[in-house]
Amino acid sequence: MMPAKLWFVLRRVLQVIPVVLAIAALNFLLLHLAPGDAADIIAAQSGGATPEFVAELRRSFGLDRPLYQQFLFYIARLMTFDLGWSNVQQRPVFDLIADRVPATLLLMMTGISLALLFGTLLGILAAMRHRRGIDSVVSVLALLAYATPQFWLGLMLIVLFSITLGVLPSGGMMTIGPDMSAGARALDVARHLLLPTLTLGLFYMAIYARLMRSAMLEVYTQEFITTARAKGLSEARVGLVHAASNALLPVVTLAGVQIGHLLGGSVLVETVFGWPGLGRLVFDALLQRDLNLLLGVLFVSSVLVVLINLAVDLLYGFLDPRIVHK
Amino acid sequence: MTALVAFWRKYRRNRAAVAGLAMLVVVLLAAIFGPLVYPTDPFDMVGRPSSPPSARFVLGTDVSGRDMLAGLLHGARVSLLIGILASLGATLFGLIVGAIAGYYGRAVDTILMRCTDFFLTIPSFILAIVIIAIFRPSVATVTLAIAAVSWPQVARLARAEFIAHRDREYVLACRALGMSDFEIITRQILPNALPSLLVVSSLLVATSILTESGLSFLGLSDPNVISWGYMVGVGRTVLRVAWWMPAIPGIAILLTVLCINLVGEGLNEALNPRLQRR
Repeated sequence: MMPAKLWFVLRRVLQVIPVVLAIAALNFLLLHLAPGDAADIIAAQSGGATPEFVAELRRSFGLDRPLYQQFLFYIARLMTFDLGWSNVQQRPVFDLIADRVPATLLLMMTGISLALLFGTLLGILAAMRHRRGIDSVVSVLALLAYATPQFWLGLMLIVLFSITLGVLPSGGMMTIGPDMSAGARALDVARHLLLPTLTLGLFYMAIYARLMRSAMLEVYTQEFITTARAKGLSEARVGLVHAASNALLPVVTLAGVQIGHLLGGSVLVETVFGWPGLGRLVFDALLQRDLNLLLGVLFVSSVLVVLINLAVDLLYGFLDPRIVHK
Repeated sequence: MTALVAFWRKYRRNRAAVAGLAMLVVVLLAAIFGPLVYPTDPFDMVGRPSSPPSARFVLGTDVSGRDMLAGLLHGARVSLLIGILASLGATLFGLIVGAIAGYYGRAVDTILMRCTDFFLTIPSFILAIVIIAIFRPSVATVTLAIAAVSWPQVARLARAEFIAHRDREYVLACRALGMSDFEIITRQILPNALPSLLVVSSLLVATSILTESGLSFLGLSDPNVISWGYMVGVGRTVLRVAWWMPAIPGIAILLTVLCINLVGEGLNEALNPRLQRR
């Protein structure tokens, strides 16, 4: 038994390597599509640079080498977590990004948890009350949430809860000022997290509610449901236990696939709420035209998605033995 | 013609889809004729900055005294144009990749699908941002960037359709007749795969409009044309005193995307034989 699981883990971990290499290749390609290289940028910053000086710079950066050598050099640098230097912020790109990852992960995790929890609950409710009042209400809400631009929803929530009602902060991650106890600080962050989480999660909640509803309706047509009803089980038990547990798989699978999409969405949400994560970093990099930093964020966020997918897959493998033996 | 009538009979059963289509026609008319009927330049300063909706400016003016209604009408053109073109581009590319992978199978399929999954995994919105930042924002680069990150889902669907058809008897018969692969793919299988592709393609228009609005909200839009996301971005700066300014273009985005989704769902029900039983 153990060797099978070990093989599964090993195989799945090894599969990550070519994907990360592909991400590196994509980044390298984009870097070379960008007009002007590092030598041009430094030359431009130093004022009037002679062509000889630029050529010398290029040689020192290895930019005069063949492309494949440059790529190998690039990979070698990535292995030491060297993503280059941000000329605008005067700090290594990797450090700038590493500072921001925790805030983004926190926002993503709370957003997806909220979406999964309420999305599946609403979907179950709608399917169990198929073609009745609550089903239509859930469908309409899902349609609306699915069509709402996230950044706009965020702004409107700020108008309602921060400006008009004044009950929640409009941005940032914590109140700046007096020292707080750990508990008070956590509560403070939670208050700041509420609106961004809602903004990010609502869209996915709509998707999961609709998917859960249709998956449930699909399961309801199967024979084991008829059997369960024939046994005299209550409709609540048939719906919640028998149907829901079988309908959950496509929803969880989709949630795993959508991690990348979620990260993209958090760029907009973080920009709206001034949440100090990767998204906010992207926005600042755009304003300052800091291409190196942008590419660094693309690389790190892509790798992050691959690693999260890996973790989810491994978890699956331990929960569902069928996957290990496939 | 009779096919169209039969289609319409099925389509109109979904009342929400009919309402969506009606509203979409209104949006399309506004995009095409709006700027002609209401020729105010959306970039001209025509009134006092940040004035609320009034008789003179039906939707008010923005922070630079630009007419919001003019912005909304001109922005409709850009949003719909980019949404439709990006969806077409993504559909075409995704169809080519998916058709080749599904029809030929084996190693070709494996390689193409690995690429597709790769692009499905990485954060597409961030990739679009980087592409536009590198090539500078214009209608063309924004459209291409959105198409470049949206094709994988079309490819997967097209592949599934081609796999489902490639071993059917009619395809085998065509092959026995000596028909070329190209002809089989384009003239025999493609017409059968078209209904489901059409549905995905129409829903992709909605997603593309949402993506475009997000990009232009971040300032990644063609500086020479006005767009709804850009208007929300401008209005954001005065959120505290003039909430209607970002609210109005946002509602335009929401309604347009909603209409397209309703139409897409209607198409799905009318074209997908599996769903018709319900």
